[in-house]
Amino acid sequence: MALDYFQAMGGTRVHDPSRIVLALDHYAPAPTRQTALLHERMRDFAARYGILLWEVGEGIGHQLIVETGRALPGGLAVGADSHAVTYGALNTFATGIGSSDLAAIFVSGEIWLRVPESIRVTLTGELPRGVYAKDAALALAKELGADGANYQSLEFAGEGIGCLELEDRLAIANLAIEMGAKNGIFPADEKTFAYLGTARGEPAEADGDAHYNREIRIALDRLTPMVALPHQPDRGIAVGETLRVPVRMVYLGTCTGGRVRDYHQALAVLKAAGGVAPGVQLVVTPASRVVLEALARDGTLAQLIAMGAVIQTPGCGSCCGTCGAIPGDGVNVISTANRNFKGRMGNGEASIYLASPASCAAAAARGEIADPREFLA
Amino acid sequence: VIYRARVILGKPRDDINTDYVVASRRKRDSLDPLVLRQYLFEEIAPEFAASVEPGDVIVAGRNFGCGSAMEVAVTAVLGAGIHAVLARSFSRTYYRNAVNNGLRPVNCDTARIREGDRLRIEEGVMNETTCERIAAQPLPEVMHRIIEAGGLVAYFRRYGGFGGA
Repeated sequence: MALDYFQAMGGTRVHDPSRIVLALDHYAPAPTRQTALLHERMRDFAARYGILLWEVGEGIGHQLIVETGRALPGGLAVGADSHAVTYGALNTFATGIGSSDLAAIFVSGEIWLRVPESIRVTLTGELPRGVYAKDAALALAKELGADGANYQSLEFAGEGIGCLELEDRLAIANLAIEMGAKNGIFPADEKTFAYLGTARGEPAEADGDAHYNREIRIALDRLTPMVALPHQPDRGIAVGETLRVPVRMVYLGTCTGGRVRDYHQALAVLKAAGGVAPGVQLVVTPASRVVLEALARDGTLAQLIAMGAVIQTPGCGSCCGTCGAIPGDGVNVISTANRNFKGRMGNGEASIYLASPASCAAAAARGEIADPREFLA
Repeated sequence: VIYRARVILGKPRDDINTDYVVASRRKRDSLDPLVLRQYLFEEIAPEFAASVEPGDVIVAGRNFGCGSAMEVAVTAVLGAGIHAVLARSFSRTYYRNAVNNGLRPVNCDTARIREGDRLRIEEGVMNETTCERIAAQPLPEVMHRIIEAGGLVAYFRRYGGFGGA
């Protein structure tokens, strides 16, 4: 881990502790003695060098970066996790790095980065009822493929952006890495500034004569609910094209789909459909404690619990099999997450499908993959 | 030095993600490369870990190391005595992590490399089995310096930061 590299580099001081945060999110709560010891080392390191540390249960680091207003328009952020690209929703140039690069930043405050070429993704129209940002992201992943944007930046443009709430943009930017992109960046607009409150940053925008490697147009109004088939996020097909796929676990959470709006969209479908089908395990892992508290306050949490939902500690949860519920052999899971690699949730004998919170809820209600529009009048 | 080609899944496969190199769940018990090496490619090629020998090199298709940026997907490979990965292309995080740890990422056309081929890796790749010379994309200057130093730790110990060289 980064602390080992820091030590090996001969690090004795941290360059600027105020610009670093550590999050205990991947093993929350620690599922093994070894991971508990890693947490202890991180706590000691944070205390020793005066670095802010987000404790077990506070949530996924990416969500906390966004919630606490640390990702600003025009800023540069790197995270030792590939889903750091999420902050592109706030016009931050953000990308994932490994532990050694992170340690180098601890020591020197510096990183080297190559300026990537760009792909412009123009969004037009407005998402129809029952179709969500996740569907747009899966459609884009299908179009580009798992390495279609490798070493390039996705620049989102077009009037369609105005109709997307900030949480929608977070879900789309989050999936940029599943197309290999170094970053997926949205322009800053009124919604960005409304979300940030007083913080403004220095918004970055494309030069008028910018050159793009490729131009892609996505007509939001023509999209339909999508599901990514096992075992790659770019294997999207229309939900309507799936043939009676029985589902035994439904996962609502992660840095893609674990925010308040996501749970509201899922609950709306579940209520309209009359709850969770027998034999389906509904697992809820809010992206942060702030999300969990909001769901508790507005009654969403109580309703999900009444439907039989299992509530896990805010954090990365079951997404990458590092902690939390693990699906059994032969089980089909439908999840709001970003990755469905074989074994991703801790069991290579399970199959993971990716979809929007509403489509996941529709599957939970029906016991098989279903189109959420059937339940939304 | 002659290396032995290990073509994951028989022919160079695209999109081998880092979870396939080492499953995230294995990190619950250890981050030690010598422990994690026994789980290399367990989801997609479970026979690989038992048969790997020092001096093997991994051969894959496009987008090797996509997905998570976890660095154990590099250190576990090194832990098995593997010094290079040959692929048609790499994800950017795997490429960086490899260089930072002194694992040589060789960006080249791998289509005609077969399991067990004997390879010499210099500026390009010489397949001694088929007598084919394969051109490789050179590393960017900064990465070349890092890998020449033996990785980012060695580089920082020598120069104290990125500025030194």
